[in-house]
Amino acid sequence: MKFPYNEVILEHFRNPKNVGKIDNPDGKSVEGSPACGDMVAVYIKVDSGTKVITDVKFESYGCASNIATGSIITEMAKGKTIEEAKKISWKQASEALGGLPPVKVHCSVLAVEGLREAIRDYEERHGLITKKEPTTRDVIIKRLRHVMNPLTGLDVVRTKLISDVSVNDGTATIKIALCDDHPYANAIKDDVIERIERLWDINKVEVIFEGEDGNGCR
Amino acid sequence: MKYIYMDNAATTRLDERVLEAMKPYFFDTYAVATSEFAYSMGIEAREALEKAREIIAKKLNASSSEIIFTSDFTESSNLAIQGVIRALQNKKGKHMVTSTIEDFPVINTFKALEKQGYEVTYVPVDSSGVVNLDELRKSIKEETVLVSIQHANQEIGTIQNIDEIAEICEEKNVIFHSDATHTFMRVPIDVSRTHVDLLTISAHTIHGPRGIAALYIREGTPVKKIMYGGYQEKDLRPGVENIPGAVGFAKAVDLVTSEENEYIRNLRDILIERFLKEVPETVLNGHRIQRIPQNANITFRFVEGESITLHLDFHGIAVSTGSACFSKSLEASHVILGIGGDHERAHGSVRFTLSRFNTLEEVERVIEATSEIVSRLRKISPLGKK
Repeated sequence: MKFPYNEVILEHFRNPKNVGKIDNPDGKSVEGSPACGDMVAVYIKVDSGTKVITDVKFESYGCASNIATGSIITEMAKGKTIEEAKKISWKQASEALGGLPPVKVHCSVLAVEGLREAIRDYEERHGLITKKEPTTRDVIIKRLRHVMNPLTGLDVVRTKLISDVSVNDGTATIKIALCDDHPYANAIKDDVIERIERLWDINKVEVIFEGEDGNGCR
Repeated sequence: MKYIYMDNAATTRLDERVLEAMKPYFFDTYAVATSEFAYSMGIEAREALEKAREIIAKKLNASSSEIIFTSDFTESSNLAIQGVIRALQNKKGKHMVTSTIEDFPVINTFKALEKQGYEVTYVPVDSSGVVNLDELRKSIKEETVLVSIQHANQEIGTIQNIDEIAEICEEKNVIFHSDATHTFMRVPIDVSRTHVDLLTISAHTIHGPRGIAALYIREGTPVKKIMYGGYQEKDLRPGVENIPGAVGFAKAVDLVTSEENEYIRNLRDILIERFLKEVPETVLNGHRIQRIPQNANITFRFVEGESITLHLDFHGIAVSTGSACFSKSLEASHVILGIGGDHERAHGSVRFTLSRFNTLEEVERVIEATSEIVSRLRKISPLGKK
């Protein structure tokens, strides 16, 4: 029997670690992906002196790779300082799981972001973040690095699917080098909007599919 | 432990008796169907092909000359829609009507035609998946060439009021195609009573072989071929005839009985009733009564479908889900969204489709395993907690 998931992933899916909720957490986050409907909640307890994550738990309303990534990332974060834990990347989580199928990357990225957002929530609540950064083209591109091209499992910036990005008066315009009849067009669009519209100074996100050469699609 | 297969809407297990019927046409009478003036093996092959055609035609109360063999229900629906358009090009108009919940061969053919400048109206369905007939009537215009509405839905099993739809189309003088892939031999259809002009039917949903399907084309319906070749199938579908396939299709048709459909319906009712009664926060997708006998589609709230199907596979059970995580396009089922469901309803939807090979014992095992899995996944879900 050959699954797209390896045995490590299947084991974390069958018997996920650190599942559940922490009462009165020091930091928490709920991340959702409208592109696939998955949702993940992450709770952390942090030692106020050493800034070490003493406990971390997650809940998942998601598919196998979402559950498995939640399990591995909480294992990796436990005992690390928040600075160390922030740096845990999707790539490291995926490697620890022995490799995730490309098409499933976006569901697993969610768990990685859930952890980062829980740490961010802790920092905000404890006055560790002082000023809000205005959204620039670079901020958007950085965020788009979390939008995966399901064909390859690599992000849309790296795979050159983003042909142009601009920000003007609270409106972010993102041009994509695909046609709107591409099988993943809607999934990518939803993911882009979801990640950009939550930026504090963005009130509108426009996603334009302009085809490979920028000449539009027929 | 025996593997339990409940994804019979995707395809069914071949019946051994079908294979036996097909064998001679691979090894003994393996020629193409030649004219009566050629060699005898070809003449015998032609006889077998025509006999198969007659058996299938009879089940629809059609005449043999109205049945065209194709390779798949996908091809049948493509030939129906594109074939009519080719035949009527520039004669009538560029408008067509379909529903929002059709299967991919129909919906994606229309999407491709829209890119070529055709106009398509997608008629909505109600919360149980039934096409709104008033909307349908209103959507048909002077320039409408074709209406294509499925007989029953592939995911939620809802049966359409095909007689009324056919009447509306006849009254408005519009050609009517229906995809009957999931109803043929399960829900009776008589083309002498129901004025459908084109009907897609397939062998793969009734324990016949894959790679063979058919299109019923009412005598006189304008259809032009969409592939070019050697003039087979009245020059509407050129290609080497799949005679073993056609013979297998006919045998599969012969084997379906009304008792079998009752048997399947009973198992299906047990699945639906017990899930709704025993598992909290469950919703039936599709119409409770106006429903094909082999389909149960349930949303288990607060959990995700791919996680359920994967756990079920560990238990040796095969089913399908409308969750975006499971789909090739990473999009939630357009059918569940079409019946007014949200992404959440699609996310936890599981489709159980039965066949003659399923047993009561299997149904009970599936109910137990699913209930246990759902309650386990709910424990780790951030939703639905009190």
